[in-house]
Amino acid sequence: MTSVAPFLVFFAGAAIVTLSPARWRSILLVATPVAGAINLWFLDPSTTLGAPVMGIDLVIHSSDRLSVLFAWLFHLAALIAVIYSLHMSDRLQQVAALAYAGCALGAVFAGDLVTLFLFWEGLALTSAALILARRRPGSLRATLRYLAVQVTSGLLLLAGIAMLRAGGESIGLAAMELDGWAAWLIFLALGIKCGFPLLHGWIIDAYPEATETGTVLMCAFTTKVAIYALARLFPGTGELIWIGAVMTMFPIFYAVIENDLRRVLAYSMINQLGFMVVGIGVGTELALNGAVSHAFNDVLFKGLLFMTMGAVLYRTGRMGGSELGGLYRTMPATTGLCIVGAASISAFPLFSGFVSKSMIMVAVAEEGHGWIWLVLLFASAGVFHHAGIKIPFFAFFAHDSGLRPKEAPRPMLVAMAVAASGCLVIGMWPDLLYRMLPYGVHYDAYTWSHVLTQCQLLFFSALAFTLLKLYRLYPPELPGVNIDADWCYRWLLPRLARHALRLAGDAAVPLRAASLALIAGATGVGRRWGGPSGILARDPVTGTASLAVLFVFALVLVLHLVHGL
Amino acid sequence: MSDGKRRFLDNPRNVRWIIRALYGLCLLLVAAEFVVHRHIEHPFETLFGFHALYGLVACVILVLAARELRKLVMRREDHYDD
Repeated sequence: MTSVAPFLVFFAGAAIVTLSPARWRSILLVATPVAGAINLWFLDPSTTLGAPVMGIDLVIHSSDRLSVLFAWLFHLAALIAVIYSLHMSDRLQQVAALAYAGCALGAVFAGDLVTLFLFWEGLALTSAALILARRRPGSLRATLRYLAVQVTSGLLLLAGIAMLRAGGESIGLAAMELDGWAAWLIFLALGIKCGFPLLHGWIIDAYPEATETGTVLMCAFTTKVAIYALARLFPGTGELIWIGAVMTMFPIFYAVIENDLRRVLAYSMINQLGFMVVGIGVGTELALNGAVSHAFNDVLFKGLLFMTMGAVLYRTGRMGGSELGGLYRTMPATTGLCIVGAASISAFPLFSGFVSKSMIMVAVAEEGHGWIWLVLLFASAGVFHHAGIKIPFFAFFAHDSGLRPKEAPRPMLVAMAVAASGCLVIGMWPDLLYRMLPYGVHYDAYTWSHVLTQCQLLFFSALAFTLLKLYRLYPPELPGVNIDADWCYRWLLPRLARHALRLAGDAAVPLRAASLALIAGATGVGRRWGGPSGILARDPVTGTASLAVLFVFALVLVLHLVHGL
Repeated sequence: MSDGKRRFLDNPRNVRWIIRALYGLCLLLVAAEFVVHRHIEHPFETLFGFHALYGLVACVILVLAARELRKLVMRREDHYDD
């Protein structure tokens, strides 16, 4: 039996769902990842698919253990997410979900940087639809903010690729050193999607704005593709150890005081990505295995937590910790499933986080990064505090909010149960996951010593929470927003732009002309640098592609200005 | 109670029992160090009950620091709405 490139199955599924009548849609939605999984099972790992596009031989598809592992993960995540979405009949979201999964699969099987870039942009566009589909008053603006950041990441990636080409270097997906402009640009592009410190604003901005299903999908694909790319392009890059350590630390402080529970999970996402980034930075076989397996587990347990919060949002229309509480009375199944997710992310023994995070910790200690190890241990205690305790506590317990919502719809419960089973199965039989890792595993998570120290860490964290709560030192949940990196583009930049335009207005330049001049200027610079004869691109493919990106970028900018002013 | 039913956690006595169980478990986990040989990966781990102490102290620092952070960064909910 012959297989096709995995992304094609999902693109075909998206096309069919677009055209199909409503009554067939549920079956088609579930059938797509199932058909994809069968296709993946029969995929010959030695197959590569090349296509000469305008003078470059693109490798559209090639696979190895790393890409196949992520492919299985993405099929599983897509299946869970579409089941989760079956209670609704929003075609936009459902088509976007399949196309988004297809782009993620295309990215992990991409055999060169240009192909990766194309799917990288596809991820941005398809996921943006999931924010737009919330259809709230602020949704369009949130979508544009998200797109602007994602397209910037794409632009940086493209600029890096063009520079590599201009320098006559390979655009294959080989590990690179941070020794030049091209490498740094690509590193930054990946850094935006990985949520590097100060580049992380979009994660906490966009995740709480997306639909219930949208957040689950975003948590599975965009950042994980970035982690995949980082593991492939920059393994063993020392800078990543420090960057990752900062990522594990600062979000936990914000998470403690954040009121929107989905934003708490977004902070927690950056924290977990930090562990993976550290693992990639350490770069030993154990560390890379740890990073990759933690990415796998994170999709399941973070997805599960986002799903439980999505169910709460769907039933109550609220997400603030200050407005929720006491929901365990009427949503007991969701509560139980949330606790499984909380135990998994906190890395309790027998739950999935334990078998992957401990690999990273051991690898960090083995390589002699003592201080980093202490930082990660602090962050581990912090994860339990904000994701493990705070999420279930303030949503389902704490004070009685008086809300008595119905239990989550059945499709949501099924999807959450599948994810929870995954967390437990991997936690209890880690070999199932270890067997799929890129390098051979000689590692046993379940030593008495490991289990004891982890239990001590977690139970004493719980003790701290209890004591702080009893002595009323724990900060109460309060409605409000906390200033973070997204402030730059949500507050500062719009004001600077408005101020500049006001000055221009004094000189009687119409606002429209000013913004158009800006776009024209940007396009002009783009054409000079990135155009067919520019220094960024001396071959037609990157030239055309960069113009295409500039067009999207300009479009976003115009929409943003017109809508925001 | 708006639905009139009293649940397990509505009774303060049950909550007290849960908290006591947590205290007991914490004690047991520290006592277990006498029995279980701990593998040392970091010099600090030679300290008796290191992970327990670190977990407790880390979380207290985390929360107290976060309270200060809130004073610095918290704004009204409509901060970004014009």
